[in-house]
Amino acid sequence: MIMLDDHRTLAVIAPCDSLVVSMTAGKEQAQVRKTDYSIQTEWMLAVRDDRDRRAFAQLFDHFAPRLKGVVARSGAPPAQVEDIVQDVMLTVWRKAHQFDPERAQVSSWIYQIARNRQIDILRRERRPIPEEIARQEDTTPDASQVLALEQETEKLRQALSQLKPAQREMVEKAYLGELSHTDIQAETGLPLGTIKSRIRLGLERLRHELKTIGTP
Amino acid sequence: MTGITHHIPDNLLIAYAAGTLPNPFALVVAAHVSLCDDCRARLAAHEAAGGAIIEQSAPQEVSASLRDRVLDALDAPFEMPAPQPRHGVYPGPVMEALKGHPPKWKPIGMGNRQCIIDHGAEGSVRLLWIAPGQAVPDHGHNGLELTLVLQGAFADETGRFGPGDLEVADADLEHTPIAAEGAPCICLAATDAALKFNSFLPRMLQPLFRI
Repeated sequence: MIMLDDHRTLAVIAPCDSLVVSMTAGKEQAQVRKTDYSIQTEWMLAVRDDRDRRAFAQLFDHFAPRLKGVVARSGAPPAQVEDIVQDVMLTVWRKAHQFDPERAQVSSWIYQIARNRQIDILRRERRPIPEEIARQEDTTPDASQVLALEQETEKLRQALSQLKPAQREMVEKAYLGELSHTDIQAETGLPLGTIKSRIRLGLERLRHELKTIGTP
Repeated sequence: MTGITHHIPDNLLIAYAAGTLPNPFALVVAAHVSLCDDCRARLAAHEAAGGAIIEQSAPQEVSASLRDRVLDALDAPFEMPAPQPRHGVYPGPVMEALKGHPPKWKPIGMGNRQCIIDHGAEGSVRLLWIAPGQAVPDHGHNGLELTLVLQGAFADETGRFGPGDLEVADADLEHTPIAAEGAPCICLAATDAALKFNSFLPRMLQPLFRI
Protein backbone atom coordinates (compact mmCIF):
# COMPACT_ATOMS: atom_id res chain seq x y z
CA MET A 1 0.00 0.00 0.00
CA ILE A 2 2.15 2.82 -1.24
CA MET A 3 0.32 6.10 -1.06
CA LEU A 4 1.01 7.72 -4.37
CA ASP A 5 0.39 11.26 -3.30
CA ASP A 6 3.76 12.29 -4.62
CA HIS A 7 4.96 10.27 -7.62
CA ARG A 8 8.06 12.34 -8.11
CA THR A 9 9.53 11.78 -4.66
CA LEU A 10 8.51 8.14 -4.67
CA ALA A 11 10.67 7.53 -7.70
CA VAL A 12 13.57 9.32 -6.04
CA ILE A 13 13.38 7.56 -2.71
CA ALA A 14 12.34 4.01 -3.47
CA PRO A 15 15.04 1.93 -5.08
CA CYS A 16 13.93 0.62 -8.49
CA ASP A 17 14.23 -3.06 -7.71
CA SER A 18 12.10 -2.80 -4.59
CA LEU A 19 9.41 -1.02 -6.60
CA VAL A 20 9.40 -3.90 -9.04
CA VAL A 21 9.12 -6.36 -6.18
CA SER A 22 6.18 -4.46 -4.81
CA MET A 23 4.43 -4.31 -8.20
CA THR A 24 4.88 -8.01 -8.86
CA ALA A 25 4.13 -9.16 -5.36
CA GLY A 26 0.68 -10.36 -6.41
CA LYS A 27 1.39 -14.05 -6.15
CA GLU A 28 3.31 -13.64 -2.92
CA GLN A 29 0.54 -11.78 -1.10
CA ALA A 30 1.17 -13.73 2.09
CA GLN A 31 4.55 -12.13 2.56
CA VAL A 32 4.27 -8.48 3.38
CA ARG A 33 7.14 -6.35 2.20
CA LYS A 34 8.72 -3.31 3.73
CA THR A 35 8.27 -1.57 0.39
CA ASP A 36 4.50 -1.75 0.87
CA TYR A 37 4.74 0.90 3.60
CA SER A 38 3.42 4.39 2.97
CA ILE A 39 5.97 6.81 1.61
CA GLN A 40 5.98 8.84 4.85
CA THR A 41 6.83 5.71 6.84
CA GLU A 42 9.62 4.92 4.37
CA TRP A 43 11.05 8.43 4.77
CA MET A 44 10.86 8.26 8.54
CA LEU A 45 12.52 4.83 8.71
CA ALA A 46 15.29 6.07 6.41
CA VAL A 47 15.81 9.01 8.78
CA ARG A 48 15.70 6.77 11.84
CA ASP A 49 17.90 3.92 10.62
CA ASP A 50 20.22 5.62 8.11
CA ARG A 51 20.08 9.31 9.18
CA ASP A 52 19.07 9.95 5.57
CA ARG A 53 19.03 13.73 4.96
CA ARG A 54 17.28 13.51 1.64
CA ALA A 55 14.44 11.56 3.23
CA PHE A 56 14.32 14.15 6.01
CA ALA A 57 14.04 16.94 3.44
CA GLN A 58 11.07 15.06 1.94
CA LEU A 59 9.47 14.84 5.36
CA PHE A 60 10.07 18.55 5.84
CA ASP A 61 8.51 19.44 2.48
CA HIS A 62 5.47 17.33 3.27
CA PHE A 63 4.86 18.22 6.90
CA ALA A 64 6.28 21.71 7.54
CA PRO A 65 3.66 23.54 5.40
CA ARG A 66 0.84 21.54 7.04
CA LEU A 67 2.30 22.11 10.51
CA LYS A 68 2.52 25.82 9.80
CA GLY A 69 -1.23 26.02 9.23
CA VAL A 70 -2.01 23.88 12.27
CA VAL A 71 0.35 25.74 14.62
CA ALA A 72 -1.01 29.12 13.46
CA ARG A 73 -4.52 27.90 14.13
CA SER A 74 -3.85 26.74 17.68
CA GLY A 75 -3.05 30.18 18.96
CA ALA A 76 0.70 30.72 18.52
CA PRO A 77 1.67 34.37 17.88
CA PRO A 78 2.33 34.81 14.11
CA ALA A 79 5.96 35.79 14.71
CA GLN A 80 6.58 32.47 16.49
CA VAL A 81 4.79 30.09 14.14
CA GLU A 82 7.80 29.29 11.94
CA ASP A 83 10.07 29.05 15.00
CA ILE A 84 7.79 26.37 16.39
CA VAL A 85 7.68 24.52 13.05
CA GLN A 86 11.48 24.65 12.98
CA ASP A 87 11.70 23.27 16.50
CA VAL A 88 9.19 20.49 15.78
CA MET A 89 10.99 19.37 12.62
CA LEU A 90 14.37 19.39 14.36
CA THR A 91 12.87 17.35 17.19
CA VAL A 92 11.63 14.84 14.57
CA TRP A 93 15.25 14.48 13.42
CA ARG A 94 16.68 14.27 16.93
CA LYS A 95 14.10 11.89 18.38
CA ALA A 96 13.87 9.71 15.29
CA HIS A 97 15.22 6.72 17.23
CA GLN A 98 11.97 6.71 19.23
CA PHE A 99 9.76 6.39 16.15
CA ASP A 100 7.97 3.04 16.20
CA PRO A 101 5.75 2.37 13.16
CA GLU A 102 4.07 -0.50 15.00
CA ARG A 103 2.51 2.00 17.39
CA ALA A 104 2.20 5.26 15.47
CA GLN A 105 1.98 6.64 11.99
CA VAL A 106 4.42 9.41 11.14
CA SER A 107 1.61 11.99 11.19
CA SER A 108 0.44 10.83 14.68
CA TRP A 109 3.96 10.93 15.98
CA ILE A 110 4.54 14.42 14.59
CA TYR A 111 1.19 15.59 16.00
CA GLN A 112 2.37 14.44 19.43
CA ILE A 113 5.75 16.15 19.11
CA ALA A 114 4.13 19.37 17.83
CA ARG A 115 1.79 19.57 20.82
CA ASN A 116 4.60 19.00 23.33
CA ARG A 117 7.01 21.44 21.71
CA GLN A 118 4.40 24.15 21.21
CA ILE A 119 3.46 24.04 24.89
CA ASP A 120 7.05 23.90 26.09
CA ILE A 121 7.97 26.90 23.93
CA LEU A 122 4.91 29.10 24.39
CA ARG A 123 4.34 28.43 28.07
CA ARG A 124 7.98 28.00 28.99
CA GLU A 125 7.21 25.00 31.15
CA ARG A 126 7.76 21.30 30.71
CA ARG A 127 4.63 19.49 29.67
CA PRO A 128 3.98 16.37 31.76
CA ILE A 129 4.44 13.41 29.40
CA PRO A 130 3.99 9.68 30.01
CA GLU A 131 6.97 7.39 30.55
CA GLU A 132 8.40 6.40 27.20
CA ILE A 133 8.46 2.68 26.43
CA ALA A 134 11.83 2.26 24.81
CA ARG A 135 11.73 0.62 21.41
CA GLN A 136 14.22 -2.22 21.11
CA GLU A 137 16.76 -0.96 18.63
CA ASP A 138 17.94 -3.34 15.94
CA THR A 139 14.65 -5.22 15.89
CA THR A 140 12.88 -5.48 12.56
CA PRO A 141 9.38 -4.12 12.73
CA ASP A 142 6.56 -6.62 12.31
CA ALA A 143 5.56 -5.59 8.80
CA SER A 144 2.04 -6.97 9.01
CA GLN A 145 1.44 -4.95 12.18
CA VAL A 146 2.81 -1.78 10.55
CA LEU A 147 0.66 -2.28 7.46
CA ALA A 148 -2.47 -3.10 9.46
CA LEU A 149 -2.00 0.12 11.44
CA GLU A 150 -1.54 2.05 8.19
CA GLN A 151 -4.75 0.58 6.81
CA GLU A 152 -6.69 1.49 9.96
CA THR A 153 -5.29 5.01 9.76
CA GLU A 154 -6.37 5.23 6.13
CA LYS A 155 -9.90 4.26 7.17
CA LEU A 156 -9.75 6.93 9.86
CA ARG A 157 -8.77 9.54 7.25
CA GLN A 158 -11.67 8.51 5.05
CA ALA A 159 -14.07 8.71 7.99
CA LEU A 160 -12.70 12.16 8.81
CA SER A 161 -13.28 13.42 5.29
CA GLN A 162 -16.82 12.04 5.35
CA LEU A 163 -17.90 13.86 8.51
CA LYS A 164 -20.62 16.46 8.10
CA PRO A 165 -19.08 19.96 7.99
CA ALA A 166 -20.36 20.99 11.44
CA GLN A 167 -19.09 17.78 13.03
CA ARG A 168 -15.78 18.07 11.20
CA GLU A 169 -15.39 21.61 12.50
CA MET A 170 -15.92 20.45 16.09
CA VAL A 171 -13.49 17.55 15.70
CA GLU A 172 -10.81 19.83 14.25
CA LYS A 173 -11.33 22.35 17.03
CA ALA A 174 -11.02 19.63 19.67
CA TYR A 175 -7.81 18.13 18.28
CA LEU A 176 -6.17 21.40 17.31
CA GLY A 177 -6.50 22.89 20.77
CA GLU A 178 -9.38 25.30 20.29
CA LEU A 179 -11.69 23.72 22.89
CA SER A 180 -11.30 23.21 26.63
CA HIS A 181 -11.85 19.79 28.19
CA THR A 182 -15.31 20.86 29.39
CA ASP A 183 -16.37 21.76 25.83
CA ILE A 184 -15.05 18.64 24.11
CA GLN A 185 -17.66 16.07 23.12
CA ALA A 186 -16.38 12.56 23.80
CA GLU A 187 -18.33 11.31 20.76
CA THR A 188 -16.25 12.33 17.75
CA GLY A 189 -17.93 10.15 15.12
CA LEU A 190 -14.49 8.74 14.26
CA PRO A 191 -13.80 4.97 14.26
CA LEU A 192 -11.02 4.97 16.87
CA GLY A 193 -11.81 1.60 18.48
CA THR A 194 -10.10 -0.51 15.84
CA ILE A 195 -7.00 1.70 15.81
CA LYS A 196 -6.83 1.47 19.58
CA SER A 197 -7.01 -2.35 19.46
CA ARG A 198 -4.30 -2.41 16.82
CA ILE A 199 -1.96 -0.16 18.83
CA ARG A 200 -2.70 -2.28 21.91
CA LEU A 201 -1.37 -5.31 20.02
CA GLY A 202 1.80 -3.40 19.18
CA LEU A 203 2.22 -2.50 22.86
CA GLU A 204 1.71 -6.10 23.97
CA ARG A 205 4.37 -7.28 21.53
CA LEU A 206 6.76 -4.61 22.80
CA ARG A 207 6.08 -5.51 26.45
CA HIS A 208 6.67 -9.15 25.62
CA GLU A 209 9.99 -8.33 23.94
CA LEU A 210 11.08 -6.19 26.88
CA LYS A 211 10.24 -9.00 29.28
CA THR A 212 12.16 -11.53 27.20
CA ILE A 213 15.19 -9.29 27.02
CA GLY A 214 14.92 -8.25 30.68
CA THR A 215 15.00 -11.78 32.12
CA PRO A 216 18.47 -13.26 32.46
CA MET B 1 -0.17 -2.65 35.47
CA THR B 2 -3.12 -5.04 35.43
CA GLY B 3 -6.38 -4.78 37.27
CA ILE B 4 -7.02 -1.14 36.48
CA THR B 5 -10.76 -0.68 36.13
CA HIS B 6 -11.19 3.10 36.25
CA HIS B 7 -9.79 4.92 33.23
CA ILE B 8 -9.46 8.39 31.71
CA PRO B 9 -12.62 9.69 29.99
CA ASP B 10 -12.24 10.52 26.30
CA ASN B 11 -12.83 14.25 26.59
CA LEU B 12 -9.85 14.50 28.99
CA LEU B 13 -7.67 12.30 26.74
CA ILE B 14 -8.49 14.46 23.71
CA ALA B 15 -7.80 17.67 25.64
CA TYR B 16 -4.50 16.17 26.81
CA ALA B 17 -3.59 15.11 23.26
CA ALA B 18 -4.46 18.58 21.97
CA GLY B 19 -2.52 20.30 24.76
CA THR B 20 -5.45 22.20 26.27
CA LEU B 21 -5.72 20.26 29.53
CA PRO B 22 -4.47 22.41 32.46
CA ASN B 23 -1.11 21.22 33.76
CA PRO B 24 -2.30 19.77 37.10
CA PHE B 25 -4.68 17.44 35.22
CA ALA B 26 -2.12 16.80 32.48
CA LEU B 27 0.23 15.42 35.15
CA VAL B 28 -2.44 12.99 36.38
CA VAL B 29 -3.20 11.88 32.80
CA ALA B 30 0.51 11.38 32.03
CA ALA B 31 0.93 9.39 35.27
CA HIS B 32 -2.09 7.17 34.56
CA VAL B 33 -0.98 6.52 30.97
CA SER B 34 2.43 5.51 32.33
CA LEU B 35 0.66 2.76 34.32
CA CYS B 36 -2.13 1.79 31.92
CA ASP B 37 -1.46 0.38 28.44
CA ASP B 38 -5.14 0.54 27.60
CA CYS B 39 -5.23 4.32 28.02
CA ARG B 40 -1.84 4.55 26.31
CA ALA B 41 -3.38 2.89 23.25
CA ARG B 42 -6.50 5.08 23.48
CA LEU B 43 -4.32 8.21 23.67
CA ALA B 44 -2.34 6.99 20.65
CA ALA B 45 -5.62 6.48 18.76
CA HIS B 46 -6.57 10.10 19.49
CA GLU B 47 -3.11 11.16 18.32
CA ALA B 48 -3.78 9.23 15.12
CA ALA B 49 -6.89 11.38 14.69
CA GLY B 50 -4.78 14.50 15.29
CA GLY B 51 -2.26 13.24 12.75
CA ALA B 52 -5.01 12.62 10.20
CA ILE B 53 -6.17 16.22 10.68
CA ILE B 54 -2.61 17.47 10.07
CA GLU B 55 -2.43 15.33 6.91
CA GLN B 56 -5.67 16.80 5.60
CA SER B 57 -5.02 20.40 6.57
CA ALA B 58 -4.23 22.98 3.91
CA PRO B 59 -0.46 23.49 3.50
CA GLN B 60 0.82 27.04 4.07
CA GLU B 61 3.91 28.09 2.25
CA VAL B 62 6.95 28.24 4.52
CA SER B 63 9.77 30.68 3.96
CA ALA B 64 12.80 29.36 2.07
CA SER B 65 15.02 30.41 4.95
CA LEU B 66 13.09 28.14 7.33
CA ARG B 67 13.92 25.10 5.23
CA ASP B 68 17.60 26.13 5.09
CA ARG B 69 17.73 26.82 8.82
CA VAL B 70 16.33 23.39 9.66
CA LEU B 71 18.54 21.48 7.23
CA ASP B 72 21.63 23.43 8.37
CA ALA B 73 20.89 22.65 12.02
CA LEU B 74 20.82 18.87 11.61
CA ASP B 75 24.44 18.57 12.70
CA ALA B 76 24.23 21.15 15.49
CA PRO B 77 24.98 19.70 18.91
CA PHE B 78 21.95 19.39 21.17
CA GLU B 79 21.05 18.05 24.56
CA MET B 80 17.96 16.02 25.28
CA PRO B 81 17.36 16.11 29.02
CA ALA B 82 16.92 12.52 30.20
CA PRO B 83 13.44 12.01 31.68
CA GLN B 84 13.16 11.03 35.33
CA PRO B 85 12.59 7.30 35.70
CA ARG B 86 9.87 5.74 37.82
CA HIS B 87 10.78 5.53 41.49
CA GLY B 88 8.89 3.07 43.70
CA VAL B 89 5.19 3.78 43.30
CA TYR B 90 5.83 7.16 41.66
CA PRO B 91 5.60 7.12 37.84
CA GLY B 92 8.14 8.99 35.71
CA PRO B 93 6.08 12.15 35.16
CA VAL B 94 5.49 12.48 38.93
CA MET B 95 9.23 12.12 39.58
CA GLU B 96 9.79 14.72 36.85
CA ALA B 97 7.41 17.11 38.64
CA LEU B 98 9.20 16.37 41.94
CA LYS B 99 12.50 17.12 40.15
CA GLY B 100 13.79 13.65 40.95
CA HIS B 101 13.44 13.86 44.74
CA PRO B 102 11.11 11.66 46.77
CA PRO B 103 8.08 13.56 48.17
CA LYS B 104 8.49 15.69 51.30
CA TRP B 105 5.39 14.92 53.36
CA LYS B 106 3.64 17.47 55.58
CA PRO B 107 1.09 16.35 58.18
CA ILE B 108 -2.48 17.52 57.56
CA GLY B 109 -4.09 16.06 60.67
CA MET B 110 -5.80 12.76 61.47
CA GLY B 111 -2.58 10.91 60.63
CA ASN B 112 -2.72 11.96 56.99
CA ARG B 113 -0.06 13.78 54.98
CA GLN B 114 0.32 15.66 51.77
CA CYS B 115 3.00 16.96 49.44
CA ILE B 116 1.96 19.86 47.22
CA ILE B 117 3.56 19.48 43.81
CA ASP B 118 2.16 22.56 42.15
CA HIS B 119 -0.54 25.12 42.70
CA GLY B 120 -1.44 28.20 40.73
CA ALA B 121 -4.10 29.84 38.65
CA GLU B 122 -4.81 26.62 36.76
CA GLY B 123 -5.44 24.62 39.92
CA SER B 124 -3.35 22.42 42.12
CA VAL B 125 -1.85 18.97 42.16
CA ARG B 126 -0.58 17.14 45.22
CA LEU B 127 0.30 13.75 46.62
CA LEU B 128 -1.91 12.55 49.46
CA TRP B 129 -0.90 9.94 52.04
CA ILE B 130 -3.91 8.53 53.83
CA ALA B 131 -3.53 6.18 56.79
CA PRO B 132 -5.28 2.81 56.44
CA GLY B 133 -8.96 3.04 57.36
CA GLN B 134 -8.84 6.85 57.52
CA ALA B 135 -11.36 9.02 55.77
CA VAL B 136 -10.36 11.94 53.63
CA PRO B 137 -12.59 14.71 55.01
CA ASP B 138 -16.05 14.75 53.44
CA HIS B 139 -15.85 17.19 50.60
CA GLY B 140 -17.52 18.38 47.45
CA HIS B 141 -15.83 20.22 44.58
CA ASN B 142 -16.21 23.53 42.86
CA GLY B 143 -14.75 22.07 39.71
CA LEU B 144 -13.12 18.91 38.41
CA GLU B 145 -11.00 16.68 40.63
CA LEU B 146 -8.87 13.78 39.40
CA THR B 147 -7.49 11.28 41.90
CA LEU B 148 -5.07 8.57 40.81
CA VAL B 149 -4.23 5.79 43.26
CA LEU B 150 -0.51 4.97 43.35
CA GLN B 151 -0.48 2.64 46.35
CA GLY B 152 -3.14 0.98 48.53
CA ALA B 153 -6.78 1.66 47.79
CA PHE B 154 -9.74 3.79 48.77
CA ALA B 155 -13.46 3.39 48.43
CA ASP B 156 -16.25 5.91 48.34
CA GLU B 157 -19.90 6.16 47.29
CA THR B 158 -18.95 5.48 43.65
CA GLY B 159 -16.77 2.40 44.01
CA ARG B 160 -13.39 0.99 44.98
CA PHE B 161 -10.16 2.40 43.57
CA GLY B 162 -6.90 0.43 43.61
CA PRO B 163 -3.41 1.10 42.21
CA GLY B 164 -3.60 2.76 38.79
CA ASP B 165 -7.31 3.56 39.09
CA LEU B 166 -8.42 7.08 38.35
CA GLU B 167 -11.43 8.70 39.99
CA VAL B 168 -13.03 11.59 38.10
CA ALA B 169 -15.16 13.76 40.38
CA ASP B 170 -17.02 16.85 39.26
CA ALA B 171 -19.00 19.48 41.13
CA ASP B 172 -22.02 17.16 41.46
CA LEU B 173 -20.19 14.52 43.47
CA GLU B 174 -20.18 14.73 47.25
CA HIS B 175 -18.05 11.85 48.39
CA THR B 176 -16.17 10.52 51.39
CA PRO B 177 -13.19 8.45 50.28
CA ILE B 178 -11.97 6.01 52.94
CA ALA B 179 -8.56 4.38 52.64
CA ALA B 180 -8.61 0.58 52.66
CA GLU B 181 -6.92 -1.43 55.40
CA GLY B 182 -3.40 -2.58 54.58
CA ALA B 183 -0.81 -0.29 53.05
CA PRO B 184 -1.33 3.46 53.41
CA CYS B 185 -3.16 4.89 50.43
CA ILE B 186 -1.01 7.19 48.31
CA CYS B 187 -2.83 9.24 45.65
CA LEU B 188 -2.01 11.89 43.12
CA ALA B 189 -4.85 14.41 43.22
CA ALA B 190 -5.46 17.38 40.96
CA THR B 191 -8.20 19.97 41.11
CA ASP B 192 -8.99 23.17 39.25
CA ALA B 193 -10.67 24.70 42.29
CA ALA B 194 -10.18 24.79 46.04
CA LEU B 195 -11.93 21.84 47.66
CA LYS B 196 -15.02 22.64 49.74
CA PHE B 197 -15.04 20.93 53.10
CA ASN B 198 -18.32 20.24 54.81
CA SER B 199 -17.19 20.20 58.41
CA PHE B 200 -16.11 23.28 60.29
CA LEU B 201 -12.56 22.37 61.29
CA PRO B 202 -11.16 21.34 57.92
CA ARG B 203 -12.70 24.46 56.37
CA MET B 204 -10.81 26.58 58.89
CA LEU B 205 -7.60 24.77 58.06
CA GLN B 206 -8.14 25.04 54.34
CA PRO B 207 -6.16 28.24 53.65
CA LEU B 208 -3.36 26.89 55.79
CA PHE B 209 -3.00 23.66 53.84
CA ARG B 210 -4.06 25.03 50.46
CA ILE B 211 -6.60 22.23 50.00
